[in-house]
Amino acid sequence: MFKKRSLAAPYLVWMVAFIAVPLVIVVYFAFTDKTGAFTLENIMSLGMYTTVFVRSILLAIVATVVCLVLAFPLSYMLSRMHTSTQSMMTMLVMLPMWMNFLLRTYAWMSLLENNGLINRFLGVFGIGPFQMINTSGAVVLGMVYNYLPYMILPLYTIMVKIDSSVIEAAQDLGANMFSVLFRVLIPLSMDGITTGITMVFVPSISTFIISRMLGGGSNLLIGDLIELQFLGNSYNYNLGSAMSLVLMVIVLMCMSFTTADTEEMEAMV
Amino acid sequence: MKKIISLTLALLIFAAAALPSFAEVDVKSGYDYTRFKNDKITLNVYNWGEYISNGNDDSVDVIDEFQKLTGITVNYTTFDTNESLYAKLKSGGGNYDVIIPSDYMIGKMVKEDMLAELDFANIPNASLIGDSYKKSDYDSENKYSVAYMWGLIGIVYNKTMVDEGDLAEGWGLLWDEQYAGQILMFNNSRDAFGITSMLIGSEINPTAQAEIDACAEKLKAQKSVVQAYVMDEIFDKMGGGEAALAPYYAGDGITMMQDNPDLGMFIPQEGSNLYIDAMCIPKTSKNKQAAEMFINFMCETSIALANAEYICYSSPQIEVPALLDEEYSQNPMMYPDEDMLSRCTTYSVLSDEINSAMDLAWSEVRSFDTSGNGWLMPVALVLMLAISIFGFVRKWKKEHRNDY
Repeated sequence: MFKKRSLAAPYLVWMVAFIAVPLVIVVYFAFTDKTGAFTLENIMSLGMYTTVFVRSILLAIVATVVCLVLAFPLSYMLSRMHTSTQSMMTMLVMLPMWMNFLLRTYAWMSLLENNGLINRFLGVFGIGPFQMINTSGAVVLGMVYNYLPYMILPLYTIMVKIDSSVIEAAQDLGANMFSVLFRVLIPLSMDGITTGITMVFVPSISTFIISRMLGGGSNLLIGDLIELQFLGNSYNYNLGSAMSLVLMVIVLMCMSFTTADTEEMEAMV
Repeated sequence: MKKIISLTLALLIFAAAALPSFAEVDVKSGYDYTRFKNDKITLNVYNWGEYISNGNDDSVDVIDEFQKLTGITVNYTTFDTNESLYAKLKSGGGNYDVIIPSDYMIGKMVKEDMLAELDFANIPNASLIGDSYKKSDYDSENKYSVAYMWGLIGIVYNKTMVDEGDLAEGWGLLWDEQYAGQILMFNNSRDAFGITSMLIGSEINPTAQAEIDACAEKLKAQKSVVQAYVMDEIFDKMGGGEAALAPYYAGDGITMMQDNPDLGMFIPQEGSNLYIDAMCIPKTSKNKQAAEMFINFMCETSIALANAEYICYSSPQIEVPALLDEEYSQNPMMYPDEDMLSRCTTYSVLSDEINSAMDLAWSEVRSFDTSGNGWLMPVALVLMLAISIFGFVRKWKKEHRNDY
């Protein structure tokens, strides 16, 4: 028993040094001023940035919902496929992740531009041009494109475990499509759904490069705001830490909500 | 024609590879460049990206020449903003021997005692730097820095999209409704506020909150015509004809014009910001003498010329303009006349309060939304309501189920 535990030591050291200690430092900076004295000033001044916080949360929620709606049927389809096809299809899902994140986002920039590929293609048929880049829609698109695999993979892994006979049994007992979906499929894949939601929502709410490239720099998100504190004129790491702290609390709230859900579901089963 | 050029280039590369390499630059006599030859020194040089002649396109590979001449190994890395350089030095990450920040950042570092005093006995070539780039506002006693390059901010425009008669509007062109949606703007508070202050005629180095507020109002008014706030994306967007107007640094503007002949550039009549990037040695440097040797080498006429030719920025080295191609030395974008220079101002260090105020105003400008502000809050409210209703309904259902 002891031996097994000691195997985790390297990770424990890693976690303390690179996760726990930095977290403490962030909290420390968030509640102190430049001289190191305790202050609530940093947190209180965040009220001025409410619109940015609301926009970030909203865009992240929209991106998460879109990801879920897209990923759920796809993952179900994947999990019902022949095993050999499944491995190939999961590889296709992962394929975009082989490319650099910045490059992918940059590519979307040249696709969506007014003189970009999509508008030029539509122009052939005399449609458009549509204003697509530099809108919040483009930011959501960037999030969905970049984080969709993180929704598909957990959903897929949980769905392959659902036996087809369970679904057949439900149908035998006279359940229509909606009942099968809401009373069998969704409850059984709840673990995957919550993991997927966390894995899409968290990076979406903290991203800054997507909003800069696709949002034209005017759809400021929390991530941009934090970056501005460190790489802006004032180098105000205290305010930056306070923003990070609020972001962490938002994420924590989201995670507590989703994990509570799974426990409930487990209790129900 | 292109084929011939590329063929010649290929042959040249082949010839260069075949011939044994030898130092081809001539340096001024009387300076002992070889005194650290056997000391196995590694010099960490931290410079802006794309800001040195690097051997591409048949140019001189400055770093390589320095290594060959002195036997010192150079570890050359780059940064993209003054602020990231500052953050890196301040947080203690990285040990650099030579850094090349801009004027106001040098001032800030001098104020915070981060730079070492230079020993000009080791940098005799500093005498070749023009007097107007010494004793500047940021380094008033000329103790900490040796100017490397300078330039102005101008407006890059696409000749096919902009009526050249409108250029007389000066900086106001960036506010012109006629070009709504085709204007790019700096995604950097200092430059954005600098441009605005020149337009409304206030100080380029604000000292009061009121000046910041006035600029911020003007920037908010500009927002409806701005397509995007960008930095280096300008190269793509202007090059591809995505936007018609963009303010940018003259050296980069000239590079853009070489790539896309449709582009033009001008310095507005109101005047502009004159920026100076200068070489400094951080206090933490362990090889100060070798670092000074590097600075001296960068001021050699042949090296300064190679750099000026390659990066298209203006050189403060007095012997360079005469040796440059006329295309550059007569270019008002690179070497403007006295009249224009008298209207240009350099950024100086701002107080901490003004810096914070500017950052706050800048994030306000960027998150300020003329059309979206209305729907944002209601939608958030509805969504939160929907979530809570969902929660209640589920609870109610569960209780109901327990009745069975």
